[in-house]
Amino acid sequence: MKTKSEKWEACRAAFPYTVPILTGFVFLGIAYGIYMHSLGFSAIYPILMSFTIFAGSMEFVAANFLLAPFHPVNALVLTLMVNARHLFYGISMLDMYKGVGKKKFYLIYGLCDESFSINCTVDIPKNVDKGWFMFFVTLFNHLYWGIGATIGGIFGSLVQFNTEGLEFVMTSLFVVIFMEQWMKEKKHHSALVGLGLSTVSLIIFGGSHFIIPAMLMILTVLTFLRKPLEKVEVAA
Amino acid sequence: MTMSIAQQVITIAMVVLGTMLTRFLPFIIFPSNKPTPKYVQYLGKVLPSAVLGLLIIYCFKDVSLLSGSRGVPEFIGVAVVALLHLWKRKMFLSIAGGTIVYMMLVQLVLSS
Repeated sequence: MKTKSEKWEACRAAFPYTVPILTGFVFLGIAYGIYMHSLGFSAIYPILMSFTIFAGSMEFVAANFLLAPFHPVNALVLTLMVNARHLFYGISMLDMYKGVGKKKFYLIYGLCDESFSINCTVDIPKNVDKGWFMFFVTLFNHLYWGIGATIGGIFGSLVQFNTEGLEFVMTSLFVVIFMEQWMKEKKHHSALVGLGLSTVSLIIFGGSHFIIPAMLMILTVLTFLRKPLEKVEVAA
Repeated sequence: MTMSIAQQVITIAMVVLGTMLTRFLPFIIFPSNKPTPKYVQYLGKVLPSAVLGLLIIYCFKDVSLLSGSRGVPEFIGVAVVALLHLWKRKMFLSIAGGTIVYMMLVQLVLSS
């Protein structure tokens, strides 16, 4: 029964890394369910949308599509724009997701911001199977989000405590992961390029349009830095 | 609600399709049974740090420096996370500390 214990080990190793996301997602999921409830949708909408779309911010936008006149092409194009950052996640995970078997399909399906940031930075213990570890990180996150949205959708009208600001748990998580990555790497060019150009893009283009220009700028600068960066690596 | 059930299903399906296209496209273009171009391998190595930076800025996309609380609680919150993490380097402490400070700021200090 080697495979069974292998899965169990990976599951136990993955869970602690997902605890901050448990807090954040259950809360945000509940907030999403309540939001849908307040727009007049029955609980089945947040439940189905959270499990199928599984891209937090996009689901809030999708709620607005449902209230606007029917325009499927518009919905598709806007989704591609908001979620374009996933392309960079995919390129970063090409190598990590190699050789994990059939799980790969689900790993790609569930490649949200949080699963990406954990799986691309964590040092998976040597005795733990890489594929199953990443699988459980993704699965836990998926469940937290879906269960949160389900609770919010069903009990939306009953929640009365003041949770304002709790969503900052996700920002804090990303800051910590960014710092961990910073302490691990020798050169900080790429981190600074990402942080700096995204800020510039946000100032120029504003909150709802900055992602794609930021990605293009990052791509351009990193392309120009390829020669010098690889030279440093050879010299080191 | 102006849409029929069928139209709603199609709209949600479009969002699912759009999201999945952005997630699957890199893996379809660069399948694992073929060697990945050197340039893309390079990007795969340097992009994670850059995209984590993008993700932090993404969290601030709705913060306005010119109105409301002018992003002050957000900056204090991030500073608390960073300082706690530099000091103790305990993930849970940094995240919990920053979030609690931020919640107190937006609920108690800025509510009046």
